[in-house]
Amino acid sequence: MSQSLRPYLQCCRSSLTAALAISNFASQTSERHNVPEIEAKSSPELILNPITISRNEHEKLYSGLTCYPDIEPSVNSVRISLSIKQADEIEKVLVHKFTRFLQQRAESFFILRRKPVKGYDISFLVTNYHTEHLLKHQLVEFIITFMEEVDKEVSEMKLFVRIPC
Amino acid sequence: MAAPQVHHLFHAPIADHSFSSDRQTLAVARENNVELYQSSGNKFTLSDELKGHEKTVTSVDIAPNSGRIVTCSQDRNAYVWEQTPSGWKPTLVLLRINRAATFVRWSPSEQKFAVGSGARVIAVCYFEEENDWWISKHLKKPIRSTITTLAWHPNSVLLAAGSTDSHARVFSSFIKGIDTRPEPSAWGERLPFNTICGEYLNDSAGWIQGVSFSPSGNALAFTGHDSSVTVVYPSAPEQPPRAMLNISTRLLPLNSLIWNGENEIIAAGHDCEPFRFRGDESGWQLAGSLENKDGDGAGGAREESALNMFRQMDLKGQAQSNTKLKSTHQNTVNAVRVFQENDGQVSSFSTSGVDGRVVIWST
Repeated sequence: MSQSLRPYLQCCRSSLTAALAISNFASQTSERHNVPEIEAKSSPELILNPITISRNEHEKLYSGLTCYPDIEPSVNSVRISLSIKQADEIEKVLVHKFTRFLQQRAESFFILRRKPVKGYDISFLVTNYHTEHLLKHQLVEFIITFMEEVDKEVSEMKLFVRIPC
Repeated sequence: MAAPQVHHLFHAPIADHSFSSDRQTLAVARENNVELYQSSGNKFTLSDELKGHEKTVTSVDIAPNSGRIVTCSQDRNAYVWEQTPSGWKPTLVLLRINRAATFVRWSPSEQKFAVGSGARVIAVCYFEEENDWWISKHLKKPIRSTITTLAWHPNSVLLAAGSTDSHARVFSSFIKGIDTRPEPSAWGERLPFNTICGEYLNDSAGWIQGVSFSPSGNALAFTGHDSSVTVVYPSAPEQPPRAMLNISTRLLPLNSLIWNGENEIIAAGHDCEPFRFRGDESGWQLAGSLENKDGDGAGGAREESALNMFRQMDLKGQAQSNTKLKSTHQNTVNAVRVFQENDGQVSSFSTSGVDGRVVIWST
């Protein structure tokens, strides 16, 4: 990890930790339901302001990590969406294939959302059931590691594509 | 300061816990049931299960004198459990709410209890002799969102409630024939049902997670989702408060708080450890954590399961990783309750959390 990345990841880590302060909260609009409020969006007071972490406002996409998160917290769930750098056509295809591969296996990733939020490449949905049954600090660690790795993964695949058969 | 007593009961979240007045029985809310544990030696063993709710039990409270247990759940019901020779017998309470019940507490007089709900009402319940059932009266007026927490004033008439509409409110829950007329106080003189004695907005409009009256009842403290604790000293009825002090911290949000005397507050929440606040009307400040982190600190069994091990191997290609937090609780603390007190001075208190632990701390 480069020195310039460290504070950026630290910021992502503390924002995620704070956003994951969620609790079991039953729906107040429909009877006997308990749904992620960030998806239902039924009561505005239960949704917090979304946070986008980027290194500067112009280069949202092309920050050092080439991957930036958008965190949407609510009372019992948090949605984390990632944009992954796609500089050229090959990267576009690779990112699409890669995220599709993961999303088709969303069940085994627990927190992965089957479809990304509009405008992003991949989304996670963390609910209070996840923070109760998994370790919260490890969840944060997982997302941070994912952010670091996805970039490496894509560039690696790109190299493989370029190698003549 | 003695080391905290850790009771790791199971691997499931504890929504709420309550000790009986002799501190021998512990009731914990576990998923759809309430489990009763009996103290034997220095640990607690499962003795009974209260089954009846269909959804997650959100709150449980044991009345100190009568020993009755009241529970409420997201299935919109509350039950009062009474011990009979043939076991615990539930009585359904006529709550008349159509959303989840979120929080329940007995009043100090034990004649009434209050149930907070997602239906934007607080049901104040009392026993009606002639029909032999528990019925409720609703506090409705300015509540605009789910009630998350409740606390009783020592006079059993005033009730504080915190809500996700960012307000902490003080209501009168005076019920004719049940309550005796309360002494006039800074909160109000004439207190018919549903009088609003105070309405306080959290500074940054965060959800209110915990409320508590000071032992004298002349101050109110509440925690918000903006990680702050606010202490309110009322002046006179219908007047703005004498002092309203907001202590903002750099911690994660605090979920629950208790008073220790008039000049100390103990609160815990998403940081998994209890914190102490000290001060008086002229100012309050954070006085540090009650956790002793120098030694190995956290006792109790380590959070380890085969599932976790394989998940680690799968995700990170390693069998072991540093999965243990330094604090005694390994996950969010949901409830802080007084364990032993004398005249408002708390000598020990208990906390329970999402990690399935109940911990008894000495102050």
